[in-house]
Amino acid sequence: MVDHHHGDHHHGPAKGLGRWLFTTNHKDIGTMYLWFSFCMFILGGTFAMIIRAELFQPGMQLVEPEFFNQMTTLHGLVMVFGAIMPSFVGLANWLIPMMIGAPDMALPRMNNWSFWILPPTFLLLASTLFMEGGAPQAGWTFYAPLSTTYAGPSVTYFIFCIHVLGLSSIMGSINIIATVMNMRAPGMTYMKMPLFVWTWLITAFLLVAVMPVLAGAVTMMLMDVHFGTSFFSAAGGGDPVLFQHVFWFFGHPEVYIIILPAFGVVSQIIPAFSRKPLFGYDSMVYATASIAFLSFIVWAHHMYTVGMPVAGELFFMYATMLIAVPTGVKVFNWVSTMWRGSLSFETPMLFSIGFLVLFTIGGFTGLMLSIAPSDFQYHDSYFVVAHFHYVMVAGAVFSMTAAVYYWLPKWCGRMYNETMGKTHFWISFIGFNLAFFPQHFVGLAGMPRRIPDYALQFADFNMLSSIGAFIYGASQILWLYNVIATIVAGKPVHDAKVWDGAEGLEWTVPTPAPYHTFETPPKIDPAHAHS
Amino acid sequence: MLRLSANPTINTVIKLVAVAVTMFAFVFVVMVPLYNVLCDALGINGKPAAQAYTAAPAQVDESRTVTIQFIASNNEGMPWEFAPSTTMMKVHPGAVNGTVFHARNPLPVAMVAQAIPSISPARAAQYFHKTECFCFNQQPLEGETSAELPLQFIVDQDLPRDIGTITLSYTMFDVTDMVGAAVVAR
Repeated sequence: MVDHHHGDHHHGPAKGLGRWLFTTNHKDIGTMYLWFSFCMFILGGTFAMIIRAELFQPGMQLVEPEFFNQMTTLHGLVMVFGAIMPSFVGLANWLIPMMIGAPDMALPRMNNWSFWILPPTFLLLASTLFMEGGAPQAGWTFYAPLSTTYAGPSVTYFIFCIHVLGLSSIMGSINIIATVMNMRAPGMTYMKMPLFVWTWLITAFLLVAVMPVLAGAVTMMLMDVHFGTSFFSAAGGGDPVLFQHVFWFFGHPEVYIIILPAFGVVSQIIPAFSRKPLFGYDSMVYATASIAFLSFIVWAHHMYTVGMPVAGELFFMYATMLIAVPTGVKVFNWVSTMWRGSLSFETPMLFSIGFLVLFTIGGFTGLMLSIAPSDFQYHDSYFVVAHFHYVMVAGAVFSMTAAVYYWLPKWCGRMYNETMGKTHFWISFIGFNLAFFPQHFVGLAGMPRRIPDYALQFADFNMLSSIGAFIYGASQILWLYNVIATIVAGKPVHDAKVWDGAEGLEWTVPTPAPYHTFETPPKIDPAHAHS
Repeated sequence: MLRLSANPTINTVIKLVAVAVTMFAFVFVVMVPLYNVLCDALGINGKPAAQAYTAAPAQVDESRTVTIQFIASNNEGMPWEFAPSTTMMKVHPGAVNGTVFHARNPLPVAMVAQAIPSISPARAAQYFHKTECFCFNQQPLEGETSAELPLQFIVDQDLPRDIGTITLSYTMFDVTDMVGAAVVAR
């Protein structure tokens, strides 16, 4: 490891592979998280392509039903735990120290561990595809008893993977909270922090609170499978519905864990390209905190059909609808930020506006799903699939894409190809909507999710959906090419402030960002507003 | 604020680790028992009590008749023949009623089964008292033998007026492999 005793404070990174294996530098670790999550995005995307290829036509063409189930399961797991979550952790690593004027994360060594336990874990999870009995096939929600009584031997590997992923997330979150609470530059009060830091701080608290619950759920599964307990087995006095309660007590905060950092990203980018400060900063902070609180008391809206008492259904229905209020505050604040701004539509702004429009559609379908009586029809249909892809893909992934285009010039000191970026946006936008909008219709018409075959009347919409998915998938290759081309041979940029409207401490350091930044804390102008 | 260490970062870390450990324990110490207690107390999920009802017999309400339906089914892979002797009874609240279910093990090997009850509508569960039930115990049967499984119950006089029919459903599970293993939950 690089030692810090030789007095040279501006040394660069170590050479060779060791730099990446042993690094404690937040920028290196952020980079590794981002590349790793992109690899997982491609892997999970490949699974999605197999799913859509099978669903291109009715009937069984390409894969066996068991393999199809493995694909839906692994697609969900890899995208949620491998692509989206680590990508935002990577972003947090890169940006939070620079945004609050800290030299690095509070716990650099733990930072290294929390990244390096991820790749072997996903390798292990992917390796279950080649096991006898195949990979887990109970869906990413792995409801018992599908995941216990009826699971193959791979379930033990799966449980181990979830434990390690949880450990990684908890370590990463503790690191983020410790950094934000203890390492802000003098004068950087909480209400001056950029909104991305705020949303991540709240997300990290959610992670620390609910990842142990997921660990508890899989621990109970492990005991049921191997140690003769009956937490989820009715035969031994347990109850499979208990699994759903425990899982969704984790699972609902989890969806906000995924989307809150995306809110933070968009709250940085929209003001930059509107050349106006973010509208309603304080209300944004309070809205984020309210959403986080409410996320703990709405979990059973995923389970309206299990036979809850009417009072329970009503409670969860109204509590869920309540979330639309702080979320609406956010959407209106973003729109108000753009109102009468000097807008320009560079790629990060296009993806942010795409986020705004499509996430709002996903929010509205979420509101429809929250209504208990109508949910009985939507439950486990393609309508649900359409809903959560509007919030996960057009929400989280679009904002992540925007973030990469927005901060890439700062990271590598080179500008990406704007035309190619805009092309990427429009192909993604069209492909995404073609893939997922028709799924609302087939869902309402009764097509269930997680099946490899379907009735003939769904054929046309499914074919459209598959074509859209292929277009969206292919457009990500363009993104990859653009990023690599930028890093290798992009047009150099030297301005510290790459975008004329960008605000925040990360735009005060030189471009490209040096290996070490803010070794002496920056002066924060007391009058200076948050960015 | 509670200071656990002179180093503020370590202080934060200790507290957060404590939160994570607490939440892990919360699942086992609070969520699981609370779920079972709530389901029992409120009769949610159609889960009737797992122990025999021992309260003193109350007055029989001759003015009211409630229909009780019996359903018996096998869990997946369970080979037993399992059926109620009567599929429907008309009873008065407060009266002690009895019926039997037939079970036969058609295989040449001894097996152990466990019947799991469920009551519909779920809110009737807390008004349906069993004084004796084969579901309170595991049921062993030698190969190719059969048994009469007894059930005695009282419908509570406080059963809400709008409930005229109660369906009692049993699902028979094969627990031969589980017998001997510790049953922790519940």
